[in-house]
Amino acid sequence: MSIEISAKSITPVRLAYGNLQQRFGDKKPASRYQEAVYDIQPTANFQYRPLWDKNHDIYDVSKTAIVMEDWYSFADPRQYYYGSYTIARAKQQEVAEHNFAFVDKRDLFDAVPEAVKQAVRDVLIPLRHVEWAANMNNCQITDECYGSNFSSVAMFNAMDRLGMAQYVTRIGLLLDGNEETTLDAAKQAWMDAPQWQGLRHAIEDMFVLDDWFELMVAQNFVLDGLVFPLLYDRFEKKLTQEGGSTVAMLTEFMDDWYQETVRWTNALAKVTAKESTENQALLSSWVSKWMDRLSIALEPIAIEAFGDDGANELVEVKAELLDRLAKQGVTV
Amino acid sequence: MSDKKNTVFLILQDNEDARPIIEAVEQDNPDANIQYQPGMVRMEAAGRLLVNRVTVEENLGREWDVQELHLNLISLGGNIDEDEDKFEISWR
Amino acid sequence: MPAKKLNLRKRYELLTRGMGWETTYQKMDDVFPYDSFEGIKITDWDKWEDPFRLTMDSYWKFQAEKEKKLYAVIDSFAQNNGQTNLACASYLSAIKLFITGVTPLEYGAHRGFAHLGRHFRGDGARIACQMQAIDELRHAQTQVHTISHYNKHFSGLHDPFHQFDRVWYLSVPKSFIEDAMSSGPFEFITSISFAFEYVLTNLLFVPFMSGAAYNGDMATVTFGFSAQSDESRHMTLGLEIIKFMLEQHEDNLPIIQRWMDKHFWRAYRLLGLVAAMQDYMLTNSPMSWKEAWEVYFVENGGALFEDLSRYGLKMPKYHELATAEADHISHQIWSVFCSLGNATGFHTFLPTEEKMAWLSEKYPDTFDKYYRPRFEYWAEQKKAGTFEYQKGLPQLCQVCQIPMVFTEVQTDPMQISYRVTEHGGDKYHFCSDGCKDIFEHEPEKYVQAWLPVHQIYQGNCGGPTLPEVLDWYKFKPEDSGDYIGSKDYHRWQEWKGADKKVKQA
Ligand SMILES: [Fe+2]
Ligand SMILES: [Fe+2]
Ligand SMILES: [Zn+2]
Repeated sequence: MSIEISAKSITPVRLAYGNLQQRFGDKKPASRYQEAVYDIQPTANFQYRPLWDKNHDIYDVSKTAIVMEDWYSFADPRQYYYGSYTIARAKQQEVAEHNFAFVDKRDLFDAVPEAVKQAVRDVLIPLRHVEWAANMNNCQITDECYGSNFSSVAMFNAMDRLGMAQYVTRIGLLLDGNEETTLDAAKQAWMDAPQWQGLRHAIEDMFVLDDWFELMVAQNFVLDGLVFPLLYDRFEKKLTQEGGSTVAMLTEFMDDWYQETVRWTNALAKVTAKESTENQALLSSWVSKWMDRLSIALEPIAIEAFGDDGANELVEVKAELLDRLAKQGVTV
Repeated sequence: MSDKKNTVFLILQDNEDARPIIEAVEQDNPDANIQYQPGMVRMEAAGRLLVNRVTVEENLGREWDVQELHLNLISLGGNIDEDEDKFEISWR
Repeated sequence: MPAKKLNLRKRYELLTRGMGWETTYQKMDDVFPYDSFEGIKITDWDKWEDPFRLTMDSYWKFQAEKEKKLYAVIDSFAQNNGQTNLACASYLSAIKLFITGVTPLEYGAHRGFAHLGRHFRGDGARIACQMQAIDELRHAQTQVHTISHYNKHFSGLHDPFHQFDRVWYLSVPKSFIEDAMSSGPFEFITSISFAFEYVLTNLLFVPFMSGAAYNGDMATVTFGFSAQSDESRHMTLGLEIIKFMLEQHEDNLPIIQRWMDKHFWRAYRLLGLVAAMQDYMLTNSPMSWKEAWEVYFVENGGALFEDLSRYGLKMPKYHELATAEADHISHQIWSVFCSLGNATGFHTFLPTEEKMAWLSEKYPDTFDKYYRPRFEYWAEQKKAGTFEYQKGLPQLCQVCQIPMVFTEVQTDPMQISYRVTEHGGDKYHFCSDGCKDIFEHEPEKYVQAWLPVHQIYQGNCGGPTLPEVLDWYKFKPEDSGDYIGSKDYHRWQEWKGADKKVKQA
């Protein structure tokens, strides 16, 4: 019945919400992404100052030194809103689940050389703590940032990091028939072994950073930009050559995730740098500060992973990252 | 102390997916009071209400993960105890 | 070697605990700076137990399934012009109030839980809060998506977020969520997870969504029930955190009792808007506010507090008054909206004969005696063309920010309830002892309130005249006033007229 009416009188009186008409014009309907992330965050007339921070409003642009005329200049190239995000991750987890089940059922780790397994224990498993920290840091960004586009992208990122910390944990469990020995040893190394202390120290310093955008740079631009290519990509390839392709099956999620994530961090770097020379200078100084700090911290881990080639691998990864950031307008 | 047990409740969407669960609640909780309201089904009982995995699986004819309950859950009242085999709501 | 089988509990523990660590390069108190200033004592965060053991992979799996179902309904609703199946377009006043007043609360909860998800010291509690933070983002986004189609066809839905920050009656929900968000993390979770979600949320969502089903609004039913499936997790988190805090240290009890009293009253006042929505805005109401209050607060809430009495927690202060008010508040609040209907972003309408008969039946002690005469009088005035909207702006309660409309229901229901206190040489006004108590405990907080009426008088809201203020709100002329004769009304008549013709043919 209603379909018959529709032909005649059911023409829309407007095509999009007012804020989206203002941003994108009133000629066509807004996308789901636009509806979901633009302008939802309150911007004015705050009722009370936070009890623990009398110097800021609940949402406050002055929580970072970065200045944007419009905080919604940044758009996620993946166009993720909650629905498209969970549906994408659900597909990836289905593959991961299948891979984990396959490795488990066929006892594939039995065929992996002991040296490779030990390398996984020493290098990959402690990364669960790194992912856990990345979860905290992205949650911090979700908490402190300005704009619903930022809080949305940071929230998804935070949950991704929890998911990956859990996948690394499951690799640790799978290695030892669900015993916790590997996890315990990795935690011990994370807390005490000299090769991890530089990184742990840097990460703990990131926990107390004041400026959320600096944290964004340190965590999502620099640390991830070094760790993922170095350890989930190059190191995995090395393990595969040494008979550890099983490991690569279990970290496929992380590989795909990083390829995808680079797209929005690139877009963010670009739009922020383009805004002003002041922003560009800030980004550059943060990148160089954290690049120095984190590449020094990662060196002993690179050596643990690659032996004598370690330092060189790290230099290459660092150069690639600097090159990529320079393409977005962030030069050091 | 009185013997009167306070009411616990579980509300599910009124749809095909929830049917086998609602039937399982009926089977496993003979004293439960089941009310059909617009769009939803409210199940109440004195003190305790149990959703049993095995019963749902019998009604459904396939394996069922207790966490699937969340897909059709609208509300509940009581302390929750969830594990692989059951979802239990109770007031002590 | 055959792998040891892990049960759900153990597996979950390994996947959520032990990844965090005691920091040594930075002090734990600097990494988690906000979880001690409120005075809540936690001696062992490891005692925290999650009722639901969702790892991220199952979270993605189940939530994606919910989202697929929801968007299938939203798409088909739009394609088939589902809005034409409503009981009446006047029903949409409820949806207008919902997206301008409730959806922004979802977003606020998202940010508030992200704050807790970063700043609670316990790993398990942090993860639970993060999952809620992303769920609440979901709710805000799915609501915007669902209501988008209505925005294309009806007035009053076009600028919900601009309005939330400005409109006089929307400062009620805004001040509620910002009160919680500007508190410490334990108070925030007591407010939102326990007082609001566990004790009162059923009063918002269950009758409201059931009401949507009853009025042919399948889109809202679907997002509402889908959100509720997350809400059950949130409610359970609320109960767990309260039990956890109470079990951790006996000194926590008085603090929690005070927060409970405060946020119960705050959330209850906010729900006054829902009461009006339920009894008056819904064309057909499946359940009255009073009935919902009896079931969800008196009965279910009573059972909850009986369970918690073993920790020494008592029913929230003034709960008896709230129960006594159940006979009154929906009528009082709807009356305010009707008398200021030229300044609301949704349409108002007087109850029909049929509706009044229903109200008499549901409110036998109060409706005919106190409220029917008022509505009938206004109806006569409208007929005679002499009805006028209230001139001048109402005085707002300094805490809940609702106009002074509540009455002394326990002594004289015709007498406005009015309280006053002095602070720093200024007088502050309140709707109730509940709101006055809240102020007196933290005057430095509530003197900051951004009260829309004061702001209008101070010239901060677009100008001194009503049209200027409404323009500043981005209210369009067709958004306000009576439903009868409005643009929405005419459109609806056109569709229904066409509908009749099709049926006759
Ligand atoms: Fe919500
Ligand atoms: Fe919630
Ligand atoms: Zn008040």
